[in-house]
Amino acid sequence: MKDQADGYITADGRQIGPVVMEMKNITLRFGGVEAIKDISFDIREGEIRAIIGPNGAGKSSMLNVISGFYVPQEGEVWYKGARRAPMKPFQVAEQGIARTFQNIALFEGMSVLDNVMTGRLTHMETGLFWQSLWKGKAEREETANREVAEKIIDFLEIQAIRKTPVSRLSYGLKKRVELARALAAEPSILLLDEPMAGMNVEEKEDMSRFILDVNDEFGTTIALIEHDMGVVMDLSDRVVVMDYGKKIGDGTPHEVRNNQAVIDAYLGVAHDD
Amino acid sequence: MPEQLAFALEVTANGLMAGVLYALVALGFVLIYKASGIFNYAQGVMALFAALTLAGIMDGQVPFSHLINAVFGTDVHHFGWNVPAFLAILLTMVVMIALAYAVQRLVFRHLVGQEPIILFMATIGLAYFLEGVGDLMWGSDIKSMDVGLPQGINTWIDETTFEALGYGFFIDNLDIVASIIAALLVIGLVMFAQYTKQGRAMRAVADDHQAALSVGVSLNFIWILVWSLAGFVALVAGIMWGTKSGVQFSLSLIALKALPVLMLGGFTSIPGAIVGGLIIGVGEKLFEFLIGAPFLGGATENWFAYMLALIFLVFRPQGLFGEKIIERV
Repeated sequence: MKDQADGYITADGRQIGPVVMEMKNITLRFGGVEAIKDISFDIREGEIRAIIGPNGAGKSSMLNVISGFYVPQEGEVWYKGARRAPMKPFQVAEQGIARTFQNIALFEGMSVLDNVMTGRLTHMETGLFWQSLWKGKAEREETANREVAEKIIDFLEIQAIRKTPVSRLSYGLKKRVELARALAAEPSILLLDEPMAGMNVEEKEDMSRFILDVNDEFGTTIALIEHDMGVVMDLSDRVVVMDYGKKIGDGTPHEVRNNQAVIDAYLGVAHDD
Repeated sequence: MPEQLAFALEVTANGLMAGVLYALVALGFVLIYKASGIFNYAQGVMALFAALTLAGIMDGQVPFSHLINAVFGTDVHHFGWNVPAFLAILLTMVVMIALAYAVQRLVFRHLVGQEPIILFMATIGLAYFLEGVGDLMWGSDIKSMDVGLPQGINTWIDETTFEALGYGFFIDNLDIVASIIAALLVIGLVMFAQYTKQGRAMRAVADDHQAALSVGVSLNFIWILVWSLAGFVALVAGIMWGTKSGVQFSLSLIALKALPVLMLGGFTSIPGAIVGGLIIGVGEKLFEFLIGAPFLGGATENWFAYMLALIFLVFRPQGLFGEKIIERV
C-alpha cells in the first residue's frame, strides 16, 4: 500500500498524500566532521514524520538543512517536485516551510500577538510605500492577516496571554507561542525541533494533542525531532532514525521499534566501524 | 527676582530646542543599534554628508568637480542652475539610500557575526571615509543652507512674554520648526515600527536574528532599510544644524554630543533618545546659566553633558529607558 506514489490511507483512516519533500544523499560537514553522512529520505504530504536518534546524531543539523540554515556540501533537496537551489533561510520560509527551534527563538520584547503576526510576514505583499501610508491595501491586508493570527491563537488556546510580552511567559507557554508563530505562516511543511524538550508530563500531553490537532485540522505536514520515544511512537506515521550522522532506520514506528540497528543504537552496542 | 526667573525660563526653552537637535542625531544611532547591534560612529558624519549633498545639489554644484578638473584639465564648477529645495531633498534622500545600500553591501554584509568592537571599528573607518568623500564631492568650504525654513526671532513669543512677564523671550523660529519636525519624525518612526509590516520585521530582527530568518525576513533588506532610515534622520538633522550654523565639517562632531544623550536615554530606546536629548539640552544650558557662568568661569556646556553621562554610567548603566542589563549566574 505504502509504495503508491500518490498516497495511501493509514490504519486509522488518515489520508497521506504524495511525496512533498525529498532529501537525496545529503552530506553535511563542519570542517573535518561529518554531521550528516549520505542520508536520503522523503516526507509525504499530510504525514507526521519523526526524526529520532541519540544525542549528536545529526537530527538538528538535518532540520537546519531542510530550513536552509545549513547548506549541505553534497546532495539535493527536492521540494514540491523541483530541485531546490541553495537558498537563505528567509527564502525557505517564503516557500512555505516554517519551523520552531530547540532552544526557543521568540521575539522576547514583543507581545504574543505581535510574535504570531510576524508569522504572517510572508503573506503580506504590500510594499514600503503603501505600508507607510497605512491605508487601502495595507490596511485590508493587515485585517485579513490579523484574522488568521487570531484563529491560530484561539486554536492553541493562548487567548488569555495575547497581549503579554513573551519574556514573561513560562517555558511551556513559550514553546506553544513559537508553535503558533510557525503555524501562522500556514506552512506546507512544519518543522518542529524538539517541541517537547524540557516539558513536564502535562505540558507534553498538551503539546502532543496540539500537534495532532494541527495535522488533523489544517492537514499540515509535520516533520519533528523528538527525544521522548513514547511520544514519537504515538504521534508519527513514519520515523527516520539517525545515529552518528547516518540513517540506520526508516519506516513506521512499529517497523523501527523492531529494527536491530535501532535497538543497538539506543541500547549502546559497540560500533564495529 | 522675577527677571532672573524669566531668564531661567528662556534658557530652559532654548535648552529644549537645542536638545531636540541632539535627540535627532541620537535617534539615528538608536535605529541602527537596535536592528543590527552596530554602534554607528559615522552617524554624525552621515548628517554632515547629507547636509553637504543637499547644499551642493541645491547650489547646482558639479560633484567631484576638483577631481574631474584635475584629471581632465577642465574647469567645471557649477551646472548653472539652482534646484528647488523640495526636489533637492528628494535627490539627497536617494543618495542616502544608495549610501545605505553600499554600506550594507560592501562593508557590513561581510562582517555579519563579528564582534561588536569590530563592527564599531568599521563604522569609525566609514566615518573618515565618508568625510573624505564629502570633501571630494562637494569641496571643504563652508556652505550656507536655506531650504526655506523660517528663521529669526519669533515675535509672537517675544511680545506675549513681554506683556506677561515684562521680559521678551528670544526664541528662534528655526528651533520651533525643528522641534515640530523632530516630534513628527519620532511619532512617524514609532508608528512605522509598530504598525507596518516592515516595521514589524525590523523589530523582529532587532530582537532575534535567527527567529526573524525563520519567519521569512531578509536580514539584508532590513539592514538596508534601517541604514536608509538612519540616513533620513541624518538628513533632517543635517538640514537643521546646517540652517542654524552653516554646513561645515565640524558638524560631524555633534555625533560626540549624541553619546551622552545615548548614555542617558539608553541605546535601545527611541523615546529615550528624545528624553535624553532634551535633558542634556536643558541641563547644559541651565547649568551654564545657574552655576557655570556665575561661579565656574563659563564654558561648562563643553563638558557638562559628558559629566552627566559619567554619573549615569555609575548609577544606571542601562540609561533611563534602556533594556535592563541582567547577568544570570
